[in-house]
Amino acid sequence: MQEFLAQKLPKEMSEAIRVGRELGKEGHEKWHGILNDQGWLAPNWPEEFGGCEWNAVQRHIFEEECCRAHAPRIIPFGLSMLAPVLQKFGSKEQQDHYLPRILSGEDWWCQGYSEPGAGSDLASLKTRAVREGDHYVVNGQKTWTTLGQYANWIFCLVRTDPDAKQQSGISFLLIDMDTPGIEVRPIILLDGTHEVNEVWFTDVKVPVENLVGEENMGWTYAKYLLTHERTNIAGVGFSRAGLDAVKHMARSQMHRGKPLTENPHFAARVARAEIDLMAMSTTNLRIISQAAAGQAPGVESSMLKVKGTEIRQEINDLARRAAGAYAMPFVSEALEGGNEPEVGPEGSAAVAPEYFNNRKLSIFGGSNEIQKNIIAKVKLGGGA
Amino acid sequence: MNFDLTDERQMLQDSLRRFLRDNQDKLRASTRLGTSDNELGFDAAIWGKLAELGVIGALFSEEDGGFAGAGFDLTTVFEELGRVGAVEPLLDTAILGGGLIAALGTEAQKELVEQVIAGDLHLALAHGEPNSRYDLAQVQTTAKTDGDGIVLNGRKAVVINAEAADYLLVSARETGDVGDEAGISLFLVPRDTAGLSLRGYALLAGGRAAEVDLENLRLSASARLGEAGGAYAALKRATVRAEVALAAETLGAMEAATELTREYLLTRQQFGRPIASFQALQHRMATLLIELEQARSAVINAAGHLDTSPNEQALQIAAARNLIGRAGRLVAEECVQLHGGIAMTEEYALAHIAKRIVMADHRFGDTDTQLERFIDHSAA
Repeated sequence: MQEFLAQKLPKEMSEAIRVGRELGKEGHEKWHGILNDQGWLAPNWPEEFGGCEWNAVQRHIFEEECCRAHAPRIIPFGLSMLAPVLQKFGSKEQQDHYLPRILSGEDWWCQGYSEPGAGSDLASLKTRAVREGDHYVVNGQKTWTTLGQYANWIFCLVRTDPDAKQQSGISFLLIDMDTPGIEVRPIILLDGTHEVNEVWFTDVKVPVENLVGEENMGWTYAKYLLTHERTNIAGVGFSRAGLDAVKHMARSQMHRGKPLTENPHFAARVARAEIDLMAMSTTNLRIISQAAAGQAPGVESSMLKVKGTEIRQEINDLARRAAGAYAMPFVSEALEGGNEPEVGPEGSAAVAPEYFNNRKLSIFGGSNEIQKNIIAKVKLGGGA
Repeated sequence: MNFDLTDERQMLQDSLRRFLRDNQDKLRASTRLGTSDNELGFDAAIWGKLAELGVIGALFSEEDGGFAGAGFDLTTVFEELGRVGAVEPLLDTAILGGGLIAALGTEAQKELVEQVIAGDLHLALAHGEPNSRYDLAQVQTTAKTDGDGIVLNGRKAVVINAEAADYLLVSARETGDVGDEAGISLFLVPRDTAGLSLRGYALLAGGRAAEVDLENLRLSASARLGEAGGAYAALKRATVRAEVALAAETLGAMEAATELTREYLLTRQQFGRPIASFQALQHRMATLLIELEQARSAVINAAGHLDTSPNEQALQIAAARNLIGRAGRLVAEECVQLHGGIAMTEEYALAHIAKRIVMADHRFGDTDTQLERFIDHSAA
């Protein structure tokens, strides 16, 4: 793996990731292509669908090595969110059609789950799909659709039975983003990035063959998908790379005539984060080993999500502290890979935007409050 | 004890709060990321109105041509500015720039303070350097006497309001070593002086700043503010006043953040009820409100000690800024978290407010630096 990454990961790409620059659609597609040529784009897929069929430990090693080498992240929506659902619940036709297109990069998928009124309470979603002959007619609005501006397909949770109990009336639909009646509106985040979108549906006609599995069973599939979203949920590799970057910057920053790394207050903060990360790394491995042995993860994945994101956010906080006054400038061109150089030390342009952007880590994918509810419910029962 | 504002300060607070509320759309417009490119970084019309309202004059003593200028006048003004996340450079033009000219300037130089109070002049303090971090005495920029003039060379980092400033107050070392307090002078430099070049950029939390390069910049000796090599005490004093103001601004932003969050918890429905009804969230909100009152007291402590000994001042301001650094981060992060995704959007008011709170920790010394200063001054 190290050899592959050393040879095939383009230098300009790892440099961009190292200092926190955006890659853009082409960059991500290029990296997916390189991995696909190697046969490593889908570590989690069964071999029959063209994947590596690696177990949890093997996948973990791969993810760690990729992080260490500053490889771009694999965009998960098609590869690790939709694909497992299609492989388990999709028809043969759906599998044959969509899975190869995910590997080849022909399709870029996005996720249509959250709605303005359905965040933590996802099952209260209102986007409506009404069966009319051989089509569903979809009306409603999705939000927080990550990289929806690049996507040509969206997998959606829609309400097909408004009279059933909340979770029971939901279906899982695949929708072509080019269908008339779909509008993607950008949401600009607090760090100036365009990463998420609103997706509006007005009388959008979706062929019934785009239904995955059975009607009104979408919640079951979504829950299955959520367990797959939980792989690499602790983000240990990101944290380790982040901590290295903090130390690197702190060595070059002078505080009272000495490198910041020698300042006891700053060093103590870094040490605490590192101590937490060392334990997290082992917690992560323990849970991964159980998963590799075939045990389904329970509350443990919620624990990984909570603690893993807290550690990542703490490291983002350290990074902005390390940069001092040079955390303040906002040079969007430097972040987007334009010609404008950074103002402060290498990597400083991204530290504050990333600190703010990564507040999302404890909000998305089931907020940390929801994760704690899950842990409490399992451990304390109905009383929670 | 009576902690109420005096009648004058109450009137100042009321009129400023009303003005800021009535102009919130304009104020918001200049906080948007990207919109501050190729502009001043703030709204010039708002600036003029602030001067008219007497807000700038309230930051200066009568002796200096203003009408107030005490610690609690500063905190009254800046708390209000913080509540709306205003990016107008009152700290830079008035407290730092105007304050230093008032402290060090000749009668002729002090005429600039009148123009500042009238809203007709902008200033920027060009003091920090790429390697100085938060240490006031770390000055590498040099000032060398050359015939009857002075020649400056060096680089100044993250000079806020530099592009809008008519004059930059540039610090430079005339004698001594890089970390010495003695030997630092301040010079009044018109922005268009040959040898001075700016690389301007927007700031993540609003407003603009610049890297300032000084290359054989030639001045007459009359550009010096105060005694040769003797600017450190005044710099320290102006910075302490700026830190009191910044602490109050952050307090105001923390108030706004918690108010927005309280309203949101009461309005947002999930699982069929307002999320304010969940005890896990109630307790977190309660913690924020406790920390907010602690922050308010810390600001009062700092403002009330602005006229005490330098050591006592320094101790109190370090305490206030350390506490606000900790409480501010908690409030900013928790308010975003309690909202969820909506607070991550630039459009939602909390996003900008949260950035103001957190990024304030990057001026004049962060939470850890304040802790070090507190320990130093406690031992003194």
